Formats: sequence, C-alpha cells, structure tokens
Amino acid sequence: MLEIKNLHARIADDGTEILRGVNLTVKPGEVHAIMGPNGSGKSTLSYILAGKTDYEVTDGDILYNGESLLELSPDERAAAGMFLAFQYPIEIPGVATMTFLKTALNAQRKARGEDELSTPEFMRRVKEKAAELQITMDMLKRPLNVGFSGGEKKRSEILQMALLEPSLCVLDETDSGLDIDALKVVSDGVNALRSPERSFLVITHYQRLLDHIVPDVVHVLSRGRIVKTGDKDLALELEKNGYADYVGAAA
Amino acid sequence: MNMEPRTLETKAEAALAEAYETMRDSLPGGAGVAKLRTKAFDAFRAAGLPHRRVEEWKYSDLRARLKDVPAFAARRSEADAKAVLASAGEAYASVERYRLVIVDGHYHPELSDVAALAADGVTVRPFAEALAADGDALLDLPAVARDDAAVGLNAIFCADGLDLAIADNTKLTKPVEIVHVSGAEAASTGERVLIRAGEKSEAVILQTFVGGGEGTFSNTLTDIRAGKGAGLTVARLQAEASGTTHVATATLTLAEEAHAKLICAGIGSGFARHQSFVAFDGENARADLLGITMVRDRQHVDQTLVVDHAVPHCESREIFKTVVDDGAKGVFQGKIIVRPHAQKTDGQMMTQSLLLSENADMSLKPELEIFADDVQCAHGATSGQIDEDLLFYLRARGIPEKEARTLLVLAFLSEAVEEINDEIVIEAFEGRIKDWLSTEE
Repeated sequence: MLEIKNLHARIADDGTEILRGVNLTVKPGEVHAIMGPNGSGKSTLSYILAGKTDYEVTDGDILYNGESLLELSPDERAAAGMFLAFQYPIEIPGVATMTFLKTALNAQRKARGEDELSTPEFMRRVKEKAAELQITMDMLKRPLNVGFSGGEKKRSEILQMALLEPSLCVLDETDSGLDIDALKVVSDGVNALRSPERSFLVITHYQRLLDHIVPDVVHVLSRGRIVKTGDKDLALELEKNGYADYVGAAA
Repeated sequence: MNMEPRTLETKAEAALAEAYETMRDSLPGGAGVAKLRTKAFDAFRAAGLPHRRVEEWKYSDLRARLKDVPAFAARRSEADAKAVLASAGEAYASVERYRLVIVDGHYHPELSDVAALAADGVTVRPFAEALAADGDALLDLPAVARDDAAVGLNAIFCADGLDLAIADNTKLTKPVEIVHVSGAEAASTGERVLIRAGEKSEAVILQTFVGGGEGTFSNTLTDIRAGKGAGLTVARLQAEASGTTHVATATLTLAEEAHAKLICAGIGSGFARHQSFVAFDGENARADLLGITMVRDRQHVDQTLVVDHAVPHCESREIFKTVVDDGAKGVFQGKIIVRPHAQKTDGQMMTQSLLLSENADMSLKPELEIFADDVQCAHGATSGQIDEDLLFYLRARGIPEKEARTLLVLAFLSEAVEEINDEIVIEAFEGRIKDWLSTEE
C-alpha cells in the first residue's frame, strides 16, 4: 500500500532538514501509529505525503501501490486515494460546506473516470455519514469549518474522510483539542472505516487515542528518523516512560 | 495661490468642444437648460478632461486615456436598434421583467415595455420630453456631485435617455431592466436616466451596460431619487466590450425612511469609471452600496463613491470587492462625509481586493470626513493574494488547482454577493462571475 523509502526532506524556504531517512511500509488493512516528541517531523511527514510544496524531498521516495507519489499534485494524490485529516482544519469563509463536499467528491470521481453523483444520492450519503458523526445539518449549512469548535472541526474532517472513501488515511493529531466524548465519536468514525483494503497512518503525541483506534504497528519518530518500531504495547511503554530514551537514540 | 498652467488642449478635448458647438442649438430643453449647459461647458473649457492632478481622478486619468472622442451617435432606425440589441445578448434572459431599451444613448420606446409599466404604476417619458416639460430643475443633482467633471460633461451633452417615475405606494412584482447597449462602431454617448421612486414604493431596477467597440466613449448619468419610505434596489451590470471607455455616474438621493441599495458589478471595458454620489436628504434613511469589480489583461476599472450624511440618523453600508488579474488595475475611492449636525450617523465602509498576479495593481483610498461628534463610522481596506494554505486544503481533498482557485475567488466575493439579497440579481451576477473565472487562462 504505502512504502516510504529513505525519505529525506527539508523546508523549501530555508533548507532546514526535517526528515533524515524515514523508512516505513504499511500494508493494506493495517493501522500504523507514529508517535514522537514535538519537532520530530510527524506533521511534516503527513504534509509531504499529501503533497504540500512548502517541503522539498531531497532523497528517497514514497511509493503508493507501487508508484511514486512525488511527482503527483495534491489533488492527484487525493484522487488516487490519499486522505490527510489535518491537525488544524482550515476555515474557509464564503465556501459553503455542502458545495465543498460535493465539489471534492465529484472532482475525485471525475479524475478516476467515474460519473458524478446525483444531488439526491450525494445528500443521502452526507446525511447518513453526518448522523453517525453527530454532525447536524445546521453545521453543514455553514461555510466550511467557520465557527466550528475544535471538536466539530475534527468531526468534519472525519466526515470528509467517510464521504471520500480513501484507501490511505493519514490522521495528523486528530485527538488534539478533543474532549473524551468527542474523542470517542471521532474514533468510532475512524473504526467504522477500517477494512482489509484501507490503511491508516495515525500520528499522535498520546497513547490515549490508541486505546480507541488500536494500531497494528507503533513507530517512534525522533529527529526525522524512525528509531523504534513495535506493537501496541510500545505506546503504553512510551506513555509510562516518555520519549527520553529515544530522543538520545536518534542523535 | 497655486496656479497650475493648463496644458495644451488634447485632441479629445477639442473634439468635445467642437461637438458642443455643432450640437448646441439642437440640444433639448428651454433657456434655463441651455444656460446650465453653457455654464458646464465653460467649466469644461477651463479645466479640460479630468486628469491625474485632479484629486478625485488621480488614479484614473481620463485625459490620458481618451486619445480622441468620436462623434455622438445618431438615433438608429427601429430595425437597426433591434439588431444591435439582439447582438448584445441578454443578461436577464430568463427573468420575467419589464424592459426599457437605450441604444447608443437614444431611448427607444418602440422597443420598450412602456404600456405594461404604465398599467402597473410606472410612467416613462423620453428624457428630452421630460426636459422640455420640467426645465432645468430636472437636471438638479446632489451638492456632492455637482462639481464633478464627468457630471459636468453629461450636463453639457445629455440629449436623450429616460425619466422613470414610480407612483407612490406602487410595489412592483417584476424588476425593470434598463438596457444601455451600444453598436460596435466607435461613437460617443451621454444619456441621462432619471429614476424617481415615489413614497413607499418598492422596486428593483436592473441597469445593464453592454456592447460597444474600439473607441466607444460613454458618459452616462443615472439620477436616482428614493422618495419617503421607498424601498429601491438599483443593480448595475457593466459588461461592455474591451475597447470602450465607460464613465458612469449614479447619484442617489434618499428622502426620510427610504432604503436604497445601489449595486455595481464592473467587469467590462478597457477603462471604466463607476462613480456613485449618495446624499441623505431625510432622517432614518439607509443606503447600501455594493461593488464587485473583476479586471484582467490591461483593463482599468475604478469604483469611486462619495456618501454625504447631511442629516442625522441615517445609515450607510459599503462593501466593495475587487479581483485583479494580469497587468490590470483596480481603483477604489470611498469618501464618507458626516456634516456637523448629522448626529447618530452610522456609516461603515469596507473594501477588499484580491490580486491574482504579480503585476496586478490596486489603489485604495478610503476617506472619512466627520464633523459631528455622536456618530459611528468605520472603514476597512485590505489587499491580498489567494491564501496558499486554503488552496492546499482544497487540493488535498481532490479539487484541481484551477477549480480550487475559482472556489476561493467566489468565496472572496461572496460577502458582497450575499448582501445583494435578491435572487434574480445574484443569479445573473454569479453567472457573469463564473463566466469570467472560467475564461481565465
């Protein structure tokens, strides 16, 4: 599904090196968690996967279903099945949520050579998924993410994910800013999407999220490299002992 | 005293002077009107066309723009006028409406829905007829507009146009469209349109400016008078051909408790100046001014407004959005004047521009002149580019770049569009906006 090979990347503007040789393989249906201290490169990795041009890949490759992603634009990656749930979902005043959802869904379908969804079918899908995520129609009438609370924004991200049905979901600190109830709703939303064909890369600081979204593999990212890989118990260990052991290991 | 030497008369100025000498004896109106025209002509002879050293015109140098001025257009035959009208296309084709047609500055009653309007409480007279009947009082304009150069030029030459009067308490259920269309041959036009909304009347007027060709020069004036308690929307859509020079003045006078909305979408012409003068004449009135400007290539489009709060307890709201692409230039000048006794005035002005290219140019000049002490007035002016983070977010959801940019430009304009609050106008304007965006390269 996803193969990251010796990935090196830096900030395009100032050349600061962030990723220093990341290797990672995610198979279909697997959930991988990436944990690590602040500044270890977790969010950068998610942005590079999605195709943000603020970063420059200097070495290595990202293969998605065997093909390199590096030359693809963000929208081409999305159409190919990549989805990034943003840590800070952006407010876009003037763009109605429903218009946005429909435009995104149909753009992806078009890129894949599929027919556009009819409005009634689109509405049916939105209503169904929104209800599962406790998103009211009133929220959907607002401009995209405008006036949404932190929790509402994260639920809105999961709604987009549910509608777009990607094959690789990258969740960048989806748990940040969520209270316990909201964490449950979001996690249930994610778990409902788990399938043998769909993989997840869950980026988080805290083990808490992984109680709900149970990973198959846990990686520790420190100073731009994966310094430790284990099963879900690794997350528990980190929760107890912190990152101190691994920060040194990467130096 | 700062004596500025008059530069040599330009070819365009000479042509205008000659046009007046040729036309003066045939221009409509009695002695009073003739005197007013002569006075305006003397002022024109002294000052010439407005240019960059005239503060109100500093960003839009009409003298430099006008290399020449073609002769004023003659009236066309009915068949000919019909053909010009048909070739221009309809902005409101699917809308049930009354239509009044002005071709090359000449009002064509035979192509207009005069009888239907009369049956519903609206009297329409050719402007020349109105001028003959009512004399120079008909040309009276609000104080803030009187000294403007383009207003003066219109006073000199206005020979045709129309006078539309909505009877008191008349509530029109269909909009009235006034089509100003020009043929493709270079010609000058300078019609005047008078819109008088009676007490407690309600109406939506759609003014569309279309057609024209290389060298066309139009200098129209629309004088809007909203009577006591009237509710009036005047939506102006300017989409003339790229070779035209378009100067359009709207004056708006509000009696007490009137609520008027003056909307201007400026998309066409190589050089366009849209100027609006608003005068509050009675208390508790409200004026909303909305502007949407979209320019590209080498276009120059100016939105200038002056709002004169001459009486207390009135509200004014201005939202002007400008999208500038390529090497085009946008201009916004907005002045709110609050006279000393105009207490409890509430005036809010906002202007924002979105620059889509490195060479796009925007000049913004908001001004507040407040002489009363118990007022609420504010203005805001911003100029920016498309936010790359927003663009990335949309693209990360699978929306291709061009489509994502279109969404963001629509989002930028949406605040002004929503305030229009009239489905017919919104639909027509959105159609134009989307056409504009889809032809973008």
